[in-house]
Amino acid sequence: MATNVQNIIEKYNKDKTRLMDILIDVQSEYGYIPKEAIGQIANNLDISHVDVEQTLSFYHFFSEKPTGKYAIYLNDSVVANMMGRQKVKETFEKEAGIKFGEVSPDGQIGLFDTACIGMNDQEPAALINGRVFTNLTPFRVKEIIRDIKGGTVVEDMFTAAYGDGENRNELIKSTVQNNIRKKGPILDDDYTPGIVIWKKLPEMTPEQVIDEVKKSHIRGRGGAGFPTGLKWEFCRKTKGDKKYIFCNADEGEPGTFKDRVILTERPKLLFEGMVIAGYAVGATEGIVYVRHEYTYLKNYLENLLQGARDRNLLGKDIGGIKGFDFDIRIQFGAGAYVCGEESALIESAEGKRGEPRDRPPFPVEKGYLDKPTVVNNVETLCSVVKILLNGPEWYLKFGTKDSAGSKLLSISGDCKYPGVYEVEWGFAVTDILEMVGTDIEDVQAVQVGGPSGSLIGKDEFARTLCFSDLATGGSLIIIGKQRDILNDIVLNFTDFFIDESCGSCSTCRNITHLMKVKLEKILDARGVENDINDLVEWGKILKVSRCGLGQTAGNPILTSIKNFRYLYEEKIQKDKEYDSGFDLAESVKDSCEAVGRIPNLN
Amino acid sequence: MSTLIKFKIDGVECMAETGAYVVEAAVENGIFIPTLCNIKGVKPRGSCRVCTVLVNGRPMSACTTPVASGMEVENNIAELNDIRKAIIEALFVEGNHFCPSCEKSGNCELQALAYRFQMMVPRFPFDFPVRDIDASNPKIIKDHNRCILCKRCIRAIKTEDGKSVFAFKKRGRQLEINVDPDLGELFTDELAAKAAEICPVGAILLREKGYEIPIGQRKFDKEPIGSDIEKK
Ligand SMILES: Cc1cc2nc3c(=O)[nH]c(=O)nc-3n(C[C@H](O)[C@H](O)[C@H](O)COP(=O)(O)O)c2cc1C
Ligand code: SF4
Ligand code: SF4
Repeated sequence: MATNVQNIIEKYNKDKTRLMDILIDVQSEYGYIPKEAIGQIANNLDISHVDVEQTLSFYHFFSEKPTGKYAIYLNDSVVANMMGRQKVKETFEKEAGIKFGEVSPDGQIGLFDTACIGMNDQEPAALINGRVFTNLTPFRVKEIIRDIKGGTVVEDMFTAAYGDGENRNELIKSTVQNNIRKKGPILDDDYTPGIVIWKKLPEMTPEQVIDEVKKSHIRGRGGAGFPTGLKWEFCRKTKGDKKYIFCNADEGEPGTFKDRVILTERPKLLFEGMVIAGYAVGATEGIVYVRHEYTYLKNYLENLLQGARDRNLLGKDIGGIKGFDFDIRIQFGAGAYVCGEESALIESAEGKRGEPRDRPPFPVEKGYLDKPTVVNNVETLCSVVKILLNGPEWYLKFGTKDSAGSKLLSISGDCKYPGVYEVEWGFAVTDILEMVGTDIEDVQAVQVGGPSGSLIGKDEFARTLCFSDLATGGSLIIIGKQRDILNDIVLNFTDFFIDESCGSCSTCRNITHLMKVKLEKILDARGVENDINDLVEWGKILKVSRCGLGQTAGNPILTSIKNFRYLYEEKIQKDKEYDSGFDLAESVKDSCEAVGRIPNLN
Repeated sequence: MSTLIKFKIDGVECMAETGAYVVEAAVENGIFIPTLCNIKGVKPRGSCRVCTVLVNGRPMSACTTPVASGMEVENNIAELNDIRKAIIEALFVEGNHFCPSCEKSGNCELQALAYRFQMMVPRFPFDFPVRDIDASNPKIIKDHNRCILCKRCIRAIKTEDGKSVFAFKKRGRQLEINVDPDLGELFTDELAAKAAEICPVGAILLREKGYEIPIGQRKFDKEPIGSDIEKK
């Protein structure tokens, strides 16, 4: 083992900023990270033992204990549950003879829960040794476990056909479906890779590129909506001997999966966008930070990067522009939603735990390795290519006055056609529901923007998707009439934030949990009116958290109280003003039973 | 060369050097902004959120935000003081803090802030977590029951060659402080004393020592925390 680990460490030049990659390789080699390896890594990278453990213990897909020869991670998100996860889970447990959270005694199978894996349009889905299995049914689970017991390797376990488009590429070979339902300017088939690099960049100064981007009024597609041109300009103006372009492909917000589709079908567009950004701000290196769940795209993406180098779309003097050097590498994550936050993303890419930084300074001033860094969402970078190709005026024709362009929506839940839709900004929620083949009468609520967004009811369906009204990173989860909003959605999302908090801020670490305890009290029919008011008050405390995760962690509860307060009121005790939530008889039951006494509490 | 700039805290005109953090700048102007994870001379981290102020109307941690000319800071207002009190209460229910039996009582910044904000009983239910006391280190005792995860030890205590002795382990509510098993051996008496001193609560204690300063004569026994700053 020692030599294997040593080879991995040396592959990354004993560079402590590549600790993530080292751990990823060791985890994938052994199915866990053995104790001896931790010491060996610490010694070689000249860092403390606790520093290695700090990174290792932060990420969901690293483990200090064996996870089984076949490590099965079954998505536990809201939509997976809507689509029949419970039966799939039970079948896994029955067939494997173990519970979730356990590894079989022979070390063959490990069963684990995991947060949304970006497959909401084909749930229930699971990752097995990094490969994606979609549309699971109890029958399919039986096949899988039979294959495992027969010793079939994961790559050979696909009995059915591969997915559409590039999913069947020799280097992907996955059953994932794109489910592209509607194309627009970004997903447009009519695209010649490299066209902007060859035809436009050589005739433009970096300042002109920034100017075009500014004129297009494009704002970031990752959720925060910061004007892209301005961000680039800040970075261009900050002095630095080296600058970086990051593409944020962490896509961890439950219900979002559009970046997966871009990475599969339009990766060259993304890479071209990064090159343009590099040219504009004066960066020489680009890093695509891809969430662990999309590891199945690794060979495909790396092969494309090589192809781009061969065609001088990456490397030295790109596009014939003397002195313009730029290259791209891919950095995988290891399971942490918070790493989608731009400064946590950078920390993670530096080999550390994904703990967001204090801002200021912003990444454009002090980012990756303390150098000026631009972080942009996948879709933002793709859009820029089309803006430069067709001009800002062309782009401004799409969308609304304050929200230019198109947006890729990831739509899932109770609808006939879940998938990715590229639409112009400015449509109402009702239009969207109609587009996806859903009868409004069957809809109880829509979760706009994922758990960190808001849960809206019918009286808000006339609102429009744009930055000045319903701003969104693009996730829409449709919730049918048959669903129990508080138990199935609000509780699940709140648990999600609790699990994904980095834990650094006392507010995010504590208050979300305390709100959940209160929510459970209400769900248990022990709540009173004041408990609902407390939730609203406590939610305000979260707003002083360091990053967006903590600041929005109360949103599932807060927006459901705002828009569905009656659901809470139905559950509380009307005749009481106060309930401590403490049941004395229940609390002493066990001890009374043990000593054979009947509790007399009067 | 240093340049002085003007800004306001709660409407009071203040002066500070450019680049100073709001918390420090406030101290220079005799204004107390409560802090807990912050410690003088060590890079701030903004994790307890107790020092949250409104900067031009937006919540920001005062320990990590540099002052800027013309900045309007709101600090001593009811809305913020209640959030601060709630944060402290939440820290009490998160761990197991039995002040009367704690060696740090009277020197503890968490306890002192609770007094200052007149905390009676937390608004939140107690968690009563089951946590360990780690006594494996020859010089210190690490009591996880009292740790508020302020990161001071991680940030301030390093070996001579700059390596971490303390680090975080896990995340979210599983987060804990991990003491390096190898480097712990290198702990000098000096380093151990420093660790115990910088810990705002009684989570790092020196072995075989205690109650050197009697109760009644400790840091916060006579006056509320922050009084020294306000007297300036
Ligand atoms: C908890 C959290 C998770 C986030 N996840 C993502 C993500 O998965 N993808 C993304 O592009 N932005 C994400 N963001 C937003 C990023 O911080 C950042 O604003 C964005 O990547 C900037 O790119 P843009 O300007 O192109 O949108 C997240 C923010 C937070 C607070
Ligand atoms: S808000 Fe939560 S996730 Fe963000 S830095 Fe604070 S503890 Fe970490
Ligand atoms: S041990 Fe003390 S200094 Fe270290 S994080 Fe815990 S409370 Fe802070």
